[in-house]
Amino acid sequence: MTYTLEGRTGAWEIVCGLEIHAQVISKAKLFSGAATAFGAAPNTQVSFVDAAFPGMLPVLNRECVAQAIRTGLGLNAEINLRSRFDRKNYFYADLPAGYQISQYQHPIVGRGEVVIDLADGTSRRIGITRLHLEQDAGKSLHDQHPTKSYIDLNRAGVALMEIVSEPDIRSPEEAGAYIAKLRQILRYLGTCDGNMEEGSLRADVNVSVRRPGEMYRTRCEVKNVNSIRFVMQAVEAEARRQIEVWESGGEVQQETRLFDPSRGVTRPMRSKEHAHDYRYFPDPDLPPLELDPAWIEELRAKLPELPDAKAARFQRDYGLSAYDARVLVAERATADYYEAVAKGRDPKQAANWVMGDLFAALNRTGRSIADSPVPAASLGRLLDLIADDTISGRIAKQVFEEMVETGAEPAAIVEAKGLRQVKDSGAIDAAVAQVLAAHADKVAEYRSGKDKLFGFFVGQVMKAMAGKANPALVNEALKRALS
Amino acid sequence: MTAPTDFTIAEARAALAAKRISAKELTAAHLAAIERLKDLNAFITVTPERALADAAAADARIARGEARPLDGIPLAVKDLFCTSGIRTTAASRILGTFIPPYESTVSAKLWAAGAVCLGKTNLDEFAMGSSNTTSAFGNVVNPWRRRGDNRDLVPGGSSGGSAAAVAARLCLGATATDTGGSIRQPAAFTGTVGIKPTYGRCSRWGIVAFASSLDQAGPIARTVRDAAILLREMSGHDPKDSTSADAPVPDFEAAVGRGVAGLRIGVPREYRLDGMAPEIEALWQQGIAWLQEAGATIHDISLPHTRYALPTYYIVAPAEASSNLARYDGVRYGLRVEEGGDLDAMYEATRGAGFGAEVRRRILIGTYVLSAGYYDAYYLKAQKVRALIQRDFDEAYRSVDAILTPATPSSAFAIGEKQDDPVTMYLNDVFTVPANLAGLPGISVPAGLDASGLPLGLQVLGRAFDEETVFRVAAAIEAAAGFDALPQLRAA
Repeated sequence: MTYTLEGRTGAWEIVCGLEIHAQVISKAKLFSGAATAFGAAPNTQVSFVDAAFPGMLPVLNRECVAQAIRTGLGLNAEINLRSRFDRKNYFYADLPAGYQISQYQHPIVGRGEVVIDLADGTSRRIGITRLHLEQDAGKSLHDQHPTKSYIDLNRAGVALMEIVSEPDIRSPEEAGAYIAKLRQILRYLGTCDGNMEEGSLRADVNVSVRRPGEMYRTRCEVKNVNSIRFVMQAVEAEARRQIEVWESGGEVQQETRLFDPSRGVTRPMRSKEHAHDYRYFPDPDLPPLELDPAWIEELRAKLPELPDAKAARFQRDYGLSAYDARVLVAERATADYYEAVAKGRDPKQAANWVMGDLFAALNRTGRSIADSPVPAASLGRLLDLIADDTISGRIAKQVFEEMVETGAEPAAIVEAKGLRQVKDSGAIDAAVAQVLAAHADKVAEYRSGKDKLFGFFVGQVMKAMAGKANPALVNEALKRALS
Repeated sequence: MTAPTDFTIAEARAALAAKRISAKELTAAHLAAIERLKDLNAFITVTPERALADAAAADARIARGEARPLDGIPLAVKDLFCTSGIRTTAASRILGTFIPPYESTVSAKLWAAGAVCLGKTNLDEFAMGSSNTTSAFGNVVNPWRRRGDNRDLVPGGSSGGSAAAVAARLCLGATATDTGGSIRQPAAFTGTVGIKPTYGRCSRWGIVAFASSLDQAGPIARTVRDAAILLREMSGHDPKDSTSADAPVPDFEAAVGRGVAGLRIGVPREYRLDGMAPEIEALWQQGIAWLQEAGATIHDISLPHTRYALPTYYIVAPAEASSNLARYDGVRYGLRVEEGGDLDAMYEATRGAGFGAEVRRRILIGTYVLSAGYYDAYYLKAQKVRALIQRDFDEAYRSVDAILTPATPSSAFAIGEKQDDPVTMYLNDVFTVPANLAGLPGISVPAGLDASGLPLGLQVLGRAFDEETVFRVAAAIEAAAGFDALPQLRAA
């Protein structure tokens, strides 16, 4: 079903394309050796190149190129063997050289695609137009002094990948799913940490509306939206604004806008913020970037398994549902954790433990899977204790909580707390006899046909044995005693 | 005995090795000459303490028998090369107080080879000019005068301070840069030898950029051999400059004596300009005759796109300059002028006060040719023509080994003589810009005097990375010309 918005005069379709700026994971900047760590004290990660001192020259960081190629391969995109760096000229206080080095006409990566997963279980292909490398600018701080602006150049020169999609997105949900999927792929590849709060992933949203079946109408660009939720809200808000303009007889003007999350509306940028003639031209300090096909193949061979392929394999090899597989591959660390637990064990049981008890424990403790209080190997050993009847599933939950608390190994907890399952039929028979004696009235009711009381007796026997009795043996003993 | 300031580098090297003179004496003589001839305004900054310390270190190495190739040779550095701890101005108010915390690769190589740093020479602001009259630190005076005429003449530009300092014997050699002729034209105007090597031969790292795809460092010296000695030490691959060539550096000095027997010399018919001074034409013919006598063969060649070189240059160079000079914004270093108002007001005030008229003119031209709607007609077209000019040379070098042309269309002119019209001034570069556009090596070598007694130069162009042949041909001209005239203003 096509997603539409109802206006006063009928249905409108959204046409949306996204430009994502993804900060490349690399130790050094795109054209200088300065470090890139987030959160360093202002202006402590700045080389003379980044600060555009006289006579300084850019030298391309090969690792950033490798990251762009990996990303391109992960997006099933063409890698251009020859690309070029251009200068985008404009004056701003946090742009030291007065130009940004970018790839305007000849990007390193060409057409590709991302398959997005929607809530109704369907998938859609969103085309990628291009991916190019460029420098980030520094940061202007306007709130440090009543009349002056402060400049932090730590970010100046950090490598960004600008990933431009085709105008294939048709709803806020698809826009959100696209960013989520792209972010997931980037994180799998290890080419961008996808951290939107720290600004490692930023989105410019291009939106237009049209009557179903029409050609494209004028679009507007909503700049610098910094969360998936805001992107979805911005698409909707901007589409509704444009519908209102068209329906009241106006014409949408192509312009750059900003999303105000507190009011849920977009507003035009002040003209000074964008009215530029960037005077692009090839950067004469950098020769064209020529790639060796053998290097690309080398990078391709070392690519990790990506989420879609992994989810398919989980369904095939572990018999998981599509939903479970998708949840488990959302993060590479989760998928790795799951596989470590599932290996050689019941994969469905492993999935239930990871998605159930483990996720709950992580939520509760505010930890990520990477620093889980229970390592995958320990959870695996807990499942082994269930499998060999050392403990019951119920006791296992108790042991698991203890593991979360103390970090102890499951076997040690079982021993220390005496949780080993009782399989001695004499002890069970004694407990059964004791329970039946204590509840003679209930025994009479049971015998007169109230079958449901069987569960009550099981519970009482388990309780008498502190939960450690083997449930199957308890059932047998009770049936014998009550028959 | 030769005065220390009259030594060539080769002679000084021998005298130092034989301990007939110390580096300290040699340096002191040059510092005294700089002081005595300071009215030439060849230097923006003189560094006597540094020079004497360098000389003492060189003397110590020579005494230990550990002499380096340039030990004790007093040199001057164009004030476009960043020098660590020494003010570097590009002859602009906007950088008037800038002290770089780093050393350009080329100057670092010279100091590592033992050379003595005398100071920083004057130039046209940001190397934009052909007369050294656009410097914020005042014009440089050519040490040469017309016979019977006491007017100050320009030394050419932009490396006018370096050329004047070498000609007046204030240093044994100097670094320079050449974007459209800025080494070769002042060398021709001052009776010195200046070579612009192949683009990529010398690192551009640490040299204040004018037009990145054209800028090349090179030496100015008094003999072809001296230029070869200096160029060898200045050259070499630098990983910090992505356009620097990873090519071996030959022993250029060894090429100097190799002669020209069997070399094929091209004479491009398009360099014969309408209205060219008969003396220039005569000098060119003389050069042809000398090379023939020395055993070379002469070939008429065509470089059909030559007449587009100057307009192409005056699109490409300002375009790159307009972008390269955007960093001088008053935010991080250099001049800042605040007259209230916003960031744009600060930019306007700073750049308006910091840049001189010629720099502003070129920034405007460059901004214009890159603007939306004009890019294709100007910049893109210029790039296409540039490729055709390169192809002209590729074609020519199939049948010749080097090309001989005049270095400049005239001898040095008086200050103010050509300043009424920038385009007339730009014509100074007509013979030199094609080599920059094509990235090829070119040398200017003094070949004679004009009727008023001013030096004239011939230019030899070579194949990319074949400076050796350029030096061979230049040395043959030098030997045949026997140029021994001296400027009126000089040390000793």
